[in-house]
Amino acid sequence: MNTLHTVNKSPFERNSLSSCLRLAAAESSILLFEDGIYAALQGTEFSETIQTALATHSIYVLVPDLQARGMSLEQVIAGVQAVDYAGFVDLTTTHYPIQAWL
Amino acid sequence: MKFAILVNEGAYQHQASDSAYQFVKAALEKGHEIFRVFFYHDGVYNASRLSVPPQDDRNINKRWSELAQQHQVDLVVCIAAAQRRGILDAAEAKRQGKDADNLAEGFRISGLGQLIEASIEAERLIVFGD
Repeated sequence: MNTLHTVNKSPFERNSLSSCLRLAAAESSILLFEDGIYAALQGTEFSETIQTALATHSIYVLVPDLQARGMSLEQVIAGVQAVDYAGFVDLTTTHYPIQAWL
Repeated sequence: MKFAILVNEGAYQHQASDSAYQFVKAALEKGHEIFRVFFYHDGVYNASRLSVPPQDDRNINKRWSELAQQHQVDLVVCIAAAQRRGILDAAEAKRQGKDADNLAEGFRISGLGQLIEASIEAERLIVFGD
């Protein structure tokens, strides 16, 4: 079973997502939630990094956290998959272990 | 599936308490079991029953108590983290010679061993924090 990495801080505030991407094994998945959703947006300095990472990782974004910040799915990079809390729970059952990048 | 949840951040600090709560709720709705929610570091602030948020805001502390009551979720607060931050149950308040206690209903104070046990017993440990 593949690892699920959870990242909850903006890549413009912390380097937790950069560290995660540097160390995450290929085929592992990444969930962007809380302020981590900012990494999923198109047209930022970080967008290209995410686009590159999509070649080796499944990347998910938590939609309620996206919407809580006034963002919408239309602004999300193509290939990043949308999940709600139920989807978050499902990701934790289909992955192991769950690694929080705090 | 059996889950253990670790909350390392205080209520109203950023979003960890909210995320943990929403995750637990979604997991219960799917029929999963929450073996334990362990509150560590500033997470122990979730357990104060004296928190009084504005009426139009969510009451994070009360929400946990209600969850414990409705779903028999075991809410455990780390004793060392709690004592440093002034979170006491009646027995601890008495033992420490304090004039008040503030542990909310549904929570219990115990040791770090409860986190280790939860991580062994549960199939997944999900960590929420800062």
